[in-house]
Amino acid sequence: MSMTMTQKILAHHAGLDKVVPGQLIKAKLDLVLGNDVTTPVAVKEFKKIGLDKVFDVNKIAIVPDHFTPNKDIKSAEQCKYIREFAREMKIVNYFEIGQMGIEHALIPEKGLVVPGDVVIGADSHTCTYGALGAFSTGIGSTDMAAGMATGEAWFKVPEAIKFELKGKLNKWVCGKDVILHIIGMIGVDGALYKSMEFMGEGVMALSMDDRFSMANMAIEAGAKNGIFEVDDKTLAYVKEHSTKEYKIYTADPDAQYAATYVIDLSQIKPTVAFPHLPENTRTIDEVGEVKIDQVVIGSCTNGRIEDLRAAASILKSKQVDPHVRTIIFPATQKIYLQAMEEGLLKIFVEAGAVVSTPTCGPCLGGHMGILAKGERAVATTNRNFVGRMGHPESEVYLASPAVAAASAIAGKIVSPEEVI
Amino acid sequence: MLAHGKVIKYGDNVDTDVIIPARYLNTSDPAELAKHCMEDLDAAFVNKVNEGDIIVAAKNFGCGSSREHAPIAIKAAGISCVIAETFARIFYRNAINIGLPILECPEASRDIDDGDEVKVDFDKGEIINITKNKVYKSTPFPEFMQEIIAKNGLIEYIKASLYR
Repeated sequence: MSMTMTQKILAHHAGLDKVVPGQLIKAKLDLVLGNDVTTPVAVKEFKKIGLDKVFDVNKIAIVPDHFTPNKDIKSAEQCKYIREFAREMKIVNYFEIGQMGIEHALIPEKGLVVPGDVVIGADSHTCTYGALGAFSTGIGSTDMAAGMATGEAWFKVPEAIKFELKGKLNKWVCGKDVILHIIGMIGVDGALYKSMEFMGEGVMALSMDDRFSMANMAIEAGAKNGIFEVDDKTLAYVKEHSTKEYKIYTADPDAQYAATYVIDLSQIKPTVAFPHLPENTRTIDEVGEVKIDQVVIGSCTNGRIEDLRAAASILKSKQVDPHVRTIIFPATQKIYLQAMEEGLLKIFVEAGAVVSTPTCGPCLGGHMGILAKGERAVATTNRNFVGRMGHPESEVYLASPAVAAASAIAGKIVSPEEVI
Repeated sequence: MLAHGKVIKYGDNVDTDVIIPARYLNTSDPAELAKHCMEDLDAAFVNKVNEGDIIVAAKNFGCGSSREHAPIAIKAAGISCVIAETFARIFYRNAINIGLPILECPEASRDIDDGDEVKVDFDKGEIINITKNKVYKSTPFPEFMQEIIAKNGLIEYIKASLYR
């Protein structure tokens, strides 16, 4: 029986020649990840197992990125708890303030994931690394604890939905628009329990940053993972960032899919997801008059250098609307430095935006940009659930960095073309 | 194993942000989390919930963030079982891993109303609606998951396999 990319990676990591959808397997893990919200629970559970060491000090990564720099005493205590655990267990890849970044931007940048890997992370957006042709999925704290103890996790082998990409993106359209378009099309449970597998000539036209954004939001369609075919751009990224051995898995030509969609990238328009689900999408010409109070550009979805360049190209020599608080947060220290060297931070500050240290803060309503009752934000983040960025009666509109930057200038949601 | 209680009913796509908002995630203390369970969806939940009550929801329950604090909060609030048409996959794993009983049953999800008195027989996979005098069959768990459930969660299951 033929297999998809995901099925092949899982079979190999389970020591099996083949797997079929629905089969329960135990797979070897190449990386186990956690953050400052999920790791404290994982550490408590790990301690119940009674082991005095983790399965491999090199294959665990802990990134305090959610409520950091610590927003309050309780958050500081949680971080202290996991920091001490990381030291005690001699975990190599613990990233302190100063070295850290938003985990899903940081982990690929540090070269900790390569094509063919199996990664679990106690954070739902762990699916981001599918951009590199790895199997990578979000799990909870107890799975993280079990993974740290045994180096294995159980999985139900997923079916896949195939997304055959063709054509090229138009100006002001990016990976974020593509994935919002897809979620709008299949719904927030459209890929429930399944893999989303992206392939075809259109993949080659997408940058790595576009692919990271798209794989990142596979979870927003309910998917177990999102995964891209490996091409020259993937390998160039891997060579630049990692010395780990990698393995390229390709789907069998006769692999079975639960569904196949052909996506013509040239037909995608800037897309906005209205509250309170990522599937409530409208193209920019259907948005209407939506006045905003805040713009957030950053996150594990869109805080990478290309995202900042897109925002800067729109904000250059312009001013954000005085009624719109514009918060920009580069996703890692490296991206921050690069944005500084390229002059992007200067453009942001001169435009009246603030630039934050890397943190997940505003995306999940943690800190650094909480909304009051009745306020509206355009955000390049990934979720617009009730109360996601603050008060339960606030609203989040999801969009690309270009649309978010243009909206910051206009004071309402607009297409980049309207302000350029 | 049995569960027995009154039903509190919700709709589609109940996400983990409304089950336990991130502003409370600076702790993982179950009792503290339970105080804010369902706060952004149903502020009355914590006052009306009684020990043993059952949540019945529709599609994609527990979507969004992987926070295990969500099933922890539900369990600590006294909920004995969650029944839904479908669960988001991370929530599904987390619930099994921490020993919160969950069942997928589209028929029960559609038919049961808020306030119904419901009994669940996990061994038989039966959901009994006492108010409506009806019985629904749920999808049985694969054997491997039943072993985790029997051990009351993944950690005890791992311990049993490590120290066998």
